Amino acid sequence: MMDFLQRLFGRLEGPSSRDTAKNRLRLVLVQDRATLSPGLMEQLKTDLIEVITRYLDIDESNMRVEFDNSDASVAIVASIPVREVKRSSKAGAR
Amino acid sequence: MSGTVIVVTSGKGGVGKTTATASIGAALAMMGPSVALIDADIGLRNLDLVLGLEGRIFHNLVDVVDGAVDAHKALIRHKDIKNLSLLPAAQSRDKTAVTPESMKAVADELKSTFDFVIIDCPAGIEQGFKNAVAGAEKAVVVTTPEMSAVRDADRIIGMLEHEGIADPWLIINRIRFDMVKKHDMLDVNDVLEHLKIKLLGVIPDDEAIIVATNKGVPVVVDEKSKAGRAFRDVAARIMGEDVPMAAAAEEEDWFTRIIRWFARARG
Repeated sequence: MMDFLQRLFGRLEGPSSRDTAKNRLRLVLVQDRATLSPGLMEQLKTDLIEVITRYLDIDESNMRVEFDNSDASVAIVASIPVREVKRSSKAGAR
Repeated sequence: MSGTVIVVTSGKGGVGKTTATASIGAALAMMGPSVALIDADIGLRNLDLVLGLEGRIFHNLVDVVDGAVDAHKALIRHKDIKNLSLLPAAQSRDKTAVTPESMKAVADELKSTFDFVIIDCPAGIEQGFKNAVAGAEKAVVVTTPEMSAVRDADRIIGMLEHEGIADPWLIINRIRFDMVKKHDMLDVNDVLEHLKIKLLGVIPDDEAIIVATNKGVPVVVDEKSKAGRAFRDVAARIMGEDVPMAAAAEEEDWFTRIIRWFARARG
């Protein structure tokens, strides 16, 4: 009964410290695992370039791909300077 | 004969690696198999204290690595738990006195005569860790239900994979079910959800551990201790027995406790 009441009032006060810990942990592990493997990041860049150059002429040397962890989420943000848009941008250019 | 070499590791210090090593080793030895424990925490040895063997050390791991003494000769046999032996760490040297190759050689040597060789890994991810895992086939990762410990455990699981030790087992140590119930501590499932490895045991926070360490008697000898029982279950699972995780402690609120008290008073 006490537990129930505590839980009930606890909920009204906001998320429990356990929930807070769970969320913070989830984020920090995504960050840790993402920053852990530079090899994987390079692979991702190479793959991105391969797909994008089918459509666009890009400046590969100034391309940036990074994890952005602001607020309560982790996003992958890519900044890829475009030199020129290819005229016939057919997906089947391969 | 060729025994199994298991490393007990965690990344973070102070989560109970040494206690886990001593408890699992003692529990296994009490079940019958022969067990050799290696303290790989050179310069900061403590496994001897937890086992109550600190007064009987003549040789240590570094002596063996240096070739001054044979691995089997350097072992100290436990006085009360037969089948249990310890190869202590050197206290006056540091981690650079051992290499992964020399550590593997010691583990290989011991596994020729012991069923289990259990290595107590130092905290951290540097050379001490690399030395300790070099000869191991299996790993036990110890964590507590705290963010910093879980984060470090995640890192260690990645590093174990890199070292070629797949599918480590997880021990969640020092859990307080009263706090979990009040939503003030991470639950077993919360930790598993993140680490995604096989659960070997859940050890409740228990004052008996401190008492056992004070006395230098492994907690698994204490029949009444909850932590001791949980460690005996861990040993049984390592032996391949299918022991269910004790979920009872989790369910026990004040109401159940009163009923149990009445039941005990009547019986």
